[in-house]
Amino acid sequence: MTTTSRRGNAYWLQLALTLLVCLFMVVPVALSVLAGLTNNIFIGVASGLTTRWLVEVWSLYRNTIFLSLGIALACLACTLVLGVQAAYYMALRRGRITRLIEELLMLPVAVPGLATALGLILLYGGWQAFRTSWVFILVGHVLFTLPFMVRSVLAIMSAIDIRTLEDAAASLGASRLQRFFTVVLPNCRQGILAGALMVVTLSVGEFNLTWMLHTPTTQTLPVGLADSYASMRLEIGSAYTIVFFFMIIPLLVLMQGLSALGARARKHQPLADSAGATSGADPLSPSEARHA
Amino acid sequence: MHEPTPITLRHCGKTFADGTLALQPLDLDIGAGETVVLLGPSGCGKTTTLRIIAGLEFPDPGGVVMFGDSDVTPLPIEQRGVGMVFQSYALFPNMTVAENIAYGLRVRRTDPAARRRRVDEMLSMMQLGPFAERRIDQLSGGQRQRVALARAIAVQPRVLLLDEPLTALDAKLRDALRADINQLLRSLHITAVYVTHDQAEAMALGDRIIVMDRGRIAQTGTPQQIYRAPANAFVADFIGTMNRLPAVPEAGAWRVPGGLVPRQDNAAGAAQPARAELLFRPEDVALARAEEAHLGGSVVTALFLGNYTRLLVDVGAPAPLVVDTTRRDAWHAGDRVGLRLDTGHLITLSEALAA
Repeated sequence: MTTTSRRGNAYWLQLALTLLVCLFMVVPVALSVLAGLTNNIFIGVASGLTTRWLVEVWSLYRNTIFLSLGIALACLACTLVLGVQAAYYMALRRGRITRLIEELLMLPVAVPGLATALGLILLYGGWQAFRTSWVFILVGHVLFTLPFMVRSVLAIMSAIDIRTLEDAAASLGASRLQRFFTVVLPNCRQGILAGALMVVTLSVGEFNLTWMLHTPTTQTLPVGLADSYASMRLEIGSAYTIVFFFMIIPLLVLMQGLSALGARARKHQPLADSAGATSGADPLSPSEARHA
Repeated sequence: MHEPTPITLRHCGKTFADGTLALQPLDLDIGAGETVVLLGPSGCGKTTTLRIIAGLEFPDPGGVVMFGDSDVTPLPIEQRGVGMVFQSYALFPNMTVAENIAYGLRVRRTDPAARRRRVDEMLSMMQLGPFAERRIDQLSGGQRQRVALARAIAVQPRVLLLDEPLTALDAKLRDALRADINQLLRSLHITAVYVTHDQAEAMALGDRIIVMDRGRIAQTGTPQQIYRAPANAFVADFIGTMNRLPAVPEAGAWRVPGGLVPRQDNAAGAAQPARAELLFRPEDVALARAEEAHLGGSVVTALFLGNYTRLLVDVGAPAPLVVDTTRRDAWHAGDRVGLRLDTGHLITLSEALAA
């Protein structure tokens, strides 16, 4: 008892600071949510609560939600097929060249999204059908999210020494296809799942690239959000944010739970954790930035 | 079980992509049912040789790998019918013990009833019955080792390849498992190639030992031959403890630091080397009274090791001599002792070989 009371001061100070930081982060979010549910933001909560802004968002921007989900799923499919294969290849042939490829793959993350988008537009802008289709945005998202899938899968493949497992399966007579489906995939499940959640989260929240690549008929959710903040009532923008939260928060929780599970199962899986942190900040940033 | 398969390597060399020559082209004949140990320090080419036999690496053009009468050189590992045990065991973490053992049969599409019978047989043979449904991460090191062995032999491979299978275990377990593996290899009557850097393991397991050094074979022979008659200085140094004395021939004797050692070989017929090196094991030298001693020196250290005492004796040679004795005296640094060699067990290397 005495020790805890002696530590008391520092403890309360720490708690106060922690709560303060939490408030600093939560209050804007809460205000935004509240704004989306308020009849008239200039009068305040006194004007009464309503869901009519949410209904309005649904009727105005429903399509952006479906497009965002569609692109996210298509993006997931692409990165699963490409990323797992690429990671598998690189894990089996560890060398200078594969390390270089790994670095190159990170480029779209390091280069500003606007620059990548500009490159895509310069290259394919003349191809009208492609330029105006949602596939154009998909290409950008795949470019941007692929490295996250590759790194996540590659990390787990190196951690479990997939090369030797492969050799072992081969020594027992398994063909390449059998090895891939019975040994490689099941043992990389954790990394693939973590990568998949990250890809979906990043794709749903992607703004920089998408803002450059979109056309009036191919607006995604974050682009629509920017549009609503710029041209609609503040309440509609805020209600839109609520919709965005509803989509993104389950993904984040799932991802967090998964990486906690992974950390318990395996001692080190550094990439899933750090990537979880970046994606945690990233998808929220457009709305936060808009809000400020 | 089918007839054991002999293995033949002809002119198998290996150059890696970066240009390093890992293995000088070598010829190797491994008899049917024989256990051969590839022994050497890391980087000597023993693992590369094993991987060439396995089909995990392919020899440079010109190399040929034969299993019995069939040329398996172009076949990848999955078509060679080998069983392999890896240093890290490489058990599949997504499967139970029983599923691991059944894997080879499963990919061969063996009939499920036969598969189950074979797995049960393996489980009881390796005393793994109670662990059949366990996950791999719930097993001890020794149990994992036994699963790895069971998995490799469940498919009745033509040859069994073991890549440092005991290195990851602690010393006591290693001794116990070494005996188990030895018994297993005898009872299976299978051709086995065993890679290790541990000479005690090699001695205990091998019908024949192939000592390798810097990508080539340094010596091939039974454990006794390798230990008692090393062909060169590398083998002498690598296997067991060896004393070395520079020697200059005199009439009927070798002049060595600390004294004279009588010559056994008939000096008249043989070419007279200008210089030579005398090699002998710690057990082939005994403490002796001054008048019977060949050499004299002073004790550097006395290590009491229980059933014997190991003395390091400085006779003026580059390295102190190692002398094992069962006498129960107490020695102190600086004590003068006389040494008598068992001249029948001396090994003489002329300088050219000893380089």
